[in-house]
Amino acid sequence: MTATPAPAPDLSAPPAKAPFDTVAFLRTWGTTLFLLLLIIGFAAWNPRFLSLRNALNILTEVSIYGVIAVGMTFVILTAGVDLAVGSLLAFAAIAAAWVVQHMGGDLPQWLVALGVASAIGLAAGYAHGKTITWLKVPAFIVTLGGMTIWRGATLILNDGGPISGFDAGYRWWGTGAVLGVPVPVILFALVALAGHVTLRYTRFGRQVYAVGGNAEAARLAGINVKAILISVYVIVGFLAGLSGFLLSARLGSAEAVAGINYELRVIASVVIGGASLSGGAGNIRGTLIGALLIGVLSNGLVIMHVSSYFQQVVIGLIIVAAVAFDAYAKSHRGKV
Amino acid sequence: MALLEAQDITKRFPGVVALGGASLRVEPGEVHALLGENGAGKSTLLKILSGAQGSDGGHLTFDAKPLRPDDTPSQRQKAGIVTIYQEFNLQPFLSVAENLYLGREPLRFGLIDHRQMRADARRILDDLGLSLDPDLEVSRLNVADQQMVEIARAMTLQAKLIIMDEPTAALSPREVDILHRIVGTLKARGIAVIYVTHRLKEVKAICDAYTVLRDGRFVASGQVSDVSIDDMVRLMIGRDVAFLKRPPRQVAPTPVLRIDGVSRRRGAHEARGTSLDNISFEVHAGEIVGLAGLVGAGRTDLARVLYGADRKDSGRIHLCGRALDIQSPAQALSAGIALVPEDRKQQGCFLDHSIRHNLSLSGLKSLSRPGGFVDEGAERRLVETFRQKLRIRMSSSEAAIGTLSGGNQQKVLLARCMALSPKVLIVDEPTRGIDVGAKADVHQVLFDMASEGMAVIVISSELPEVMAVSDRIIVFREGRITGTLEAADADEETLMALMATGSAPQAPNP
Repeated sequence: MTATPAPAPDLSAPPAKAPFDTVAFLRTWGTTLFLLLLIIGFAAWNPRFLSLRNALNILTEVSIYGVIAVGMTFVILTAGVDLAVGSLLAFAAIAAAWVVQHMGGDLPQWLVALGVASAIGLAAGYAHGKTITWLKVPAFIVTLGGMTIWRGATLILNDGGPISGFDAGYRWWGTGAVLGVPVPVILFALVALAGHVTLRYTRFGRQVYAVGGNAEAARLAGINVKAILISVYVIVGFLAGLSGFLLSARLGSAEAVAGINYELRVIASVVIGGASLSGGAGNIRGTLIGALLIGVLSNGLVIMHVSSYFQQVVIGLIIVAAVAFDAYAKSHRGKV
Repeated sequence: MALLEAQDITKRFPGVVALGGASLRVEPGEVHALLGENGAGKSTLLKILSGAQGSDGGHLTFDAKPLRPDDTPSQRQKAGIVTIYQEFNLQPFLSVAENLYLGREPLRFGLIDHRQMRADARRILDDLGLSLDPDLEVSRLNVADQQMVEIARAMTLQAKLIIMDEPTAALSPREVDILHRIVGTLKARGIAVIYVTHRLKEVKAICDAYTVLRDGRFVASGQVSDVSIDDMVRLMIGRDVAFLKRPPRQVAPTPVLRIDGVSRRRGAHEARGTSLDNISFEVHAGEIVGLAGLVGAGRTDLARVLYGADRKDSGRIHLCGRALDIQSPAQALSAGIALVPEDRKQQGCFLDHSIRHNLSLSGLKSLSRPGGFVDEGAERRLVETFRQKLRIRMSSSEAAIGTLSGGNQQKVLLARCMALSPKVLIVDEPTRGIDVGAKADVHQVLFDMASEGMAVIVISSELPEVMAVSDRIIVFREGRITGTLEAADADEETLMALMATGSAPQAPNP
């Protein structure tokens, strides 16, 4: 007697046509809607908010930390975090400026600075990643240490003072424009696009999601988990270096206090964008919206003459609300 | 008057009847063995007794009082039923004494009286004949001592009935002796014990009475002294689910995989895992080798060593005549060894990710264009091929794999391995927790793969399954091979005896 099984009914199959799910819709588009509402609200309050000049101003501000937020999305997707990006930005910028000032040969200033800042970012990111995977120290601790180390190194390098006096070619990267679009905004767009394509369409991107979704299953599926983890810290380190270069070009000086609290702003962008701190869920589109939301809010509150102290309270509330809604939406989905 | 009386307990899960009338009667001060194969319903009954799950029907009486079916575990503990699970319930960074009195610390002026607590702990430990230091942090104890702390904790709770779920699965023979001595002490104090084990020699050694469950129902009970081990085995097996039997066929003469003296020592602080002792066997192309054994017999440990997920201490592995030195699953996959792991949800699936992403993950390299871009068209065709080939029931390949039934999840994981066309495929508990129809589908897939020339190793704790799918069966017990049988010659009693005692039953074969 052999068993000839009848096909068993699949109890877990979803219903044929689900009615419109408001919670699921808001989970995907809620932040975008909120961003649009904010823009409309601020514009109604003061039409100057929507002026081209202000819009470009907001975008340029956003671009400086948005570049890092793209890298942070990779890190958070693996269930990690990098607290050192703000300090690393400052160190990369001041080291680049120092090299330009003391050792600048015949090469253009901007090229030397870009090279040095990127190299420092890559190396520091590699060091973070290697420490996390080899010594098995949690990312939070390694990068918390890195946050202090790079800030200290920044202060040591020029005794806490700024380095300035860049030529026009250098300044162009922070203040110039192509067809009316500020250079940092163009770079940010390119970085975001590259990040999106990498996560969405490449094997590496798939592996990043897999490592964050379930590290043990990823290892058993044949993924080199350590290599992926090191890569994401290298990526965010490189982008922190790039951001440091852009910021110093924009300000015309590399400051020892540059990038303070950037790590929080960057992590907030990613989290408001819907990424899960436990890894495996999130995307660049969300991060983009998150970064814009913070930029629009800061700028809009200034235009409304709200004190900068109060801004911090508002941004904090929005971070908590965004994550709370996400948690609610998840449990809501579980009940269906 | 019985201490515990469970009558006609029923429990249903969506699509499955876990218990269809389980009964159990335990006398005061009695050590009672609860027996049954995997899936017989022992765990479900234990959870219902301990309050971890509610029952759908039946009556529970304890200590002459009826128990409410919706009691919580802490209410059951107050009543006097304490359960010791295989996964201990201890706070690793608290001391032994703090664990014993967690939540019930002796107070003095409203503060914890550490001196009193230590003295009380000392008294309980002495009472059990244990020389543990009450101040030691629990994380520093080995598995056996942690179990002793659990038992001592049950004593502090004034337990009248202690339920032990596979208490010796992770213990060395010497540690088993100590546990048995302590069970004797409990019995002398008038505390009853429900003892769940697969090791029938232990049942003979320390249990007074037994109850057998099969397919969620009560089968038999009585005094252990009245039955032999063979009798108990006979009561546990015998069922009505027939598996598709693999037709006999020719096996290639040269081995694909040769395992030669593989040994591995379990680390002192690893809670799980079995030491492997000098494992050697071969698997040929087109052959399905079944690894039989009790939970913790070392089958999974061997699979993980072969797959590079764990290190081995010594021994050699040859694939198609070439010596391999595999350090990671990635290397195993590129050498041609694939594994479908034991724990589908924790080790296999990315539950929130799509079926497509889950299925293609290991084979992305061959689906990539230059630059590492995934060719999604080829990927979708791959998913569609396997959807048809394995009859995966899904609404869309973009749905999260977590929305599929267990059987379909398992098919996706099989497809992930099959897409790599490995030379050796190891499947660990391929049909655990999936329904009968899907089981037959999975077996058919294994047959097909072997027919295509793959060497297949199947690990299963279900004997009928091992017997149905295998050409050859290798029996493991406590990290060693205790027997190798051609499937045609194997019967459940011989296998069960090799699994539980290490030697075949004495009855001579004609």
